[in-house]
Amino acid sequence: MSELWTQTLLELIRRTSCDLPTDVEQALRKSLEAETSDTARATLTAMLENVALARDREAPICQDTGTPTFSWHIPRGADAMALEKQARTAIAEATRRGWLRRNTLEALSGKSQDDNVAEGTPVCHFVQEDREDVVVWLLQKGGGSENVSTQYSLPDASLNAGRDLEGVRACLLDAVWKAQGHGCAPGVLGVCVGSDRAGGFTVAKEQLLRPLDDRAAEPELAVLEERVLRDANKLGIGPMGLSGATTLLGVKIAARPRVPASFFVTVAYMCWACRRRGVRAQTDGKMIEFLG
Amino acid sequence: MTFSLTYPFTEEQVIPLTAGTMVTLDGLVFTGRDRLHKFLHDGGKSPVNLRDGAIYHCGPVVIGDERRWHVVAAGPTTSSREEPYMAAIIERHGVRVIIGKGGMGAATREACQKFGCVYLQAVGGAAVAIAQCITAVRGVHFLQEFGATEAMWELNVKGFEAVVTMDAFGRSLHDEVADASRQELDKLLGREK
Repeated sequence: MSELWTQTLLELIRRTSCDLPTDVEQALRKSLEAETSDTARATLTAMLENVALARDREAPICQDTGTPTFSWHIPRGADAMALEKQARTAIAEATRRGWLRRNTLEALSGKSQDDNVAEGTPVCHFVQEDREDVVVWLLQKGGGSENVSTQYSLPDASLNAGRDLEGVRACLLDAVWKAQGHGCAPGVLGVCVGSDRAGGFTVAKEQLLRPLDDRAAEPELAVLEERVLRDANKLGIGPMGLSGATTLLGVKIAARPRVPASFFVTVAYMCWACRRRGVRAQTDGKMIEFLG
Repeated sequence: MTFSLTYPFTEEQVIPLTAGTMVTLDGLVFTGRDRLHKFLHDGGKSPVNLRDGAIYHCGPVVIGDERRWHVVAAGPTTSSREEPYMAAIIERHGVRVIIGKGGMGAATREACQKFGCVYLQAVGGAAVAIAQCITAVRGVHFLQEFGATEAMWELNVKGFEAVVTMDAFGRSLHDEVADASRQELDKLLGREK
């Protein structure tokens, strides 16, 4: 085990779990100005107070510290197996320190795996790139928002949704309506158009790592992102589903190749506590800079 | 206007509360989530008397041990998962207050009306702020069987803020928002009747 990697990854977990990214906090603050009802304002105010307290006390913003998902960008020749081991060590230590909940259960027995380390947990995705250093992002997405994430297969007659941008829009608005307050609105949508069923969720979740103020590179997707955000906020679902002007904070869409027979629209719904942080480090684990 | 509720949560305190009212709770609450609800629903014996009590849908982050527990984070979990069990538990155990997030379905709404219970929504994700309201951990049940997250924690709270979203008169703000937003959705998708 490399002590440098342990330190770097522990700090990444602490920041992700306990310190909401600035752009998300600003978006919550901005939405507070747009709300007029007492309940919506009280709800957003409580969220913002909680964010400040969590940061101050180094405590998890939300008790559901989610499925920790590491996205690794590594140079050729880096040892992915060793890095995954480092991630498992850091997750166990972060759990001991109370930055993560004992959040891993055996699927059938429900028995708690108290250190959050098990087969496939934490999740680690590796991509090799032409680079010298390592960048790793961590996403902590809780179960409430995971439960309202969903996948559509177009055409969908019940939504009158065809295989076009209008059809995608119908799916996204339907997903937001169905989620109501259950996914802890105001949420962020990560979306993948295309791919297969498994790839769709992976790509949709990756979109949640994007900052709120960026736009999809493809012009028609950038337009759709803005349009769905605007439309979703007309639904009136509001913070925690108790009505209001803020139902979503952002929409992030990517498109991926598909087979002719399939046209999936995959929606990863992220709660307002959009916990994503990254770090750039040397291959030995020495931190260069924190990201996000 | 905020109403103050103090344990035991008697009929007199709870029944007059109407949907939309903000409340603060003082006194004892019991956490319970998926494992506990299924257990009680299936006829399991409650280790505590739940009459005039509050069940809080929550799986807290707790550190420490039997000598001294410390709750670090304790926001609400999604209540709708307990919908298959909740009505029977309200009826059988005389639970008077449910705290969670996202609201519950028709069976729970009817049980609230019939047996005099209210559903309170706490702010999802406001886990550290809510943990500040916990003044003491009085005990824990099913720690070994269910694990720390699913266990039944006995918590003393002070000034725990929530909103009444389902009252004992059969009104549910969750249903109202779902209906109103459905109409907006139909407009946006061009399928108005």
